[in-house]
Amino acid sequence: MNRVVITGMGIYSTIGKNLAEVRDSLYYGRSGIGIDPRRKEFGFRSCLTGVIERPNLKNDLPRRMRVGLAEQGEYSYVATMEALKNAGIDMDFLEKNEVGILYGNDSSSIPVIESIDLIREKRDTTLIGSGAIFQSMNSTITMNLSVILKLRGINFTISGACASSSHAIGMAYLLIKQGLQDIIICGGGQEINAESMGSFDGLSAFSTREDAPTKASRPFDRDRDGLVPSGGAATVILESYESAKRRGARILAEVNGYGFSSNGDHISVPNVDGPVRSLKRCLDDAGLKACDIDYINAHATATPIGDMNEAKAIDLIFGECRPLVSSTKSMTGHEMWMGGASEVIYSMIMMENSFVAPNINFENPDEFTGKLNIADKTIEKKIEVFLSNSFGFGGTNSTLIISKFK
Amino acid sequence: MKPEIVAKVNEFLAEEFEIETALLTPEARLVEDLGIESLDFVDIVVIIERDFGFKVKREDMEGVRTLEDLYKYIETRAV
Repeated sequence: MNRVVITGMGIYSTIGKNLAEVRDSLYYGRSGIGIDPRRKEFGFRSCLTGVIERPNLKNDLPRRMRVGLAEQGEYSYVATMEALKNAGIDMDFLEKNEVGILYGNDSSSIPVIESIDLIREKRDTTLIGSGAIFQSMNSTITMNLSVILKLRGINFTISGACASSSHAIGMAYLLIKQGLQDIIICGGGQEINAESMGSFDGLSAFSTREDAPTKASRPFDRDRDGLVPSGGAATVILESYESAKRRGARILAEVNGYGFSSNGDHISVPNVDGPVRSLKRCLDDAGLKACDIDYINAHATATPIGDMNEAKAIDLIFGECRPLVSSTKSMTGHEMWMGGASEVIYSMIMMENSFVAPNINFENPDEFTGKLNIADKTIEKKIEVFLSNSFGFGGTNSTLIISKFK
Repeated sequence: MKPEIVAKVNEFLAEEFEIETALLTPEARLVEDLGIESLDFVDIVVIIERDFGFKVKREDMEGVRTLEDLYKYIETRAV
């Protein structure tokens, strides 16, 4: 079995457009949340959202490569280019070696909506143009990046709701561990437009604290009232230790374990048993004990039941050692398809710089979240091993354990 | 050849398809010289309807090989 390491990472998020900006935002507890006034026109319950600027790729990519990229594809391109640079991988290497891509994505709303609006109005499909099909499929990110980067290895998208990109990393880890691939570009992209969030808003799942946007995302806090939707993209380069050694790459971390489970329960209400099984499976896979974990990056989205059940699951497994816990969603909002990968990057930045980023807006615990050791402010701390949880609709759960490479 | 047709076609090829204007000569072959590929013809159909106001059948474009062919095709169809 191969050891699996991480040799590159890149990020385009609401708290920074590159690794350096994100590091500072994490350390200083900056929020990326604001208001989207269009949502009011659309009749949303909540106009709160992560705020991000669309990158302009006109000077980076030829037209044919740009027209297939949807919003989250653009974010993913930027994050992936930073990750490849970080890993010391250039186009020449990609053309000469077999590199794969496994990316999390679970929607692409705007190109679907715009195409159908046009068909309904004009009754002529030829007027949709050539880009819409490649923008509108769920696999839009992997199908575009694999062409742009001339990839010749494994190539598909993983859709596992809000655990999509955590599962993508898990799957890539398994493939490399088994010796089937040497290098896989992994990550997740998340669109952030109003159209893609309407049906979720309709479930009353979002915080309505519009008077104080940066205070709205309050994971684990007693007064939490729902999540804040967000997005962007995050990419990590997974590689076998042998491959990294061969090309003299800088090793940032090691992936020690992947756990997964399905709740077998409600479509939107999480439970305790499913996450507990994912946590246990991950610890077993890594060959580690609960007390070996220095930091947990929780899934905690700030929904009343979700945070309570995750707190119960963490307390059940880690109650004895009480490692530091924070939910970076307090700053970023819920990055959904991207969240698993971005939260691995946030945690790796913390590990690299020896601090635990704050769970901002954690002002008062409740009966269950009070049992956890939640970092309500930035804590200077050496992290050797961290764990990251991601859960999604349908009761899909994913857990990753990542450590400093030794 | 109507100069306004030539100007409009060259303008969309330069702006939307990012083709260097120096390459836009009547004898330039769309695929071999200008780098237009099969998927791009889908977008050319959309632009012709937008700029010249008539519907293009995809099969009409099969005989269009050079830029001059394209100008002529548009001239015969445009009202």
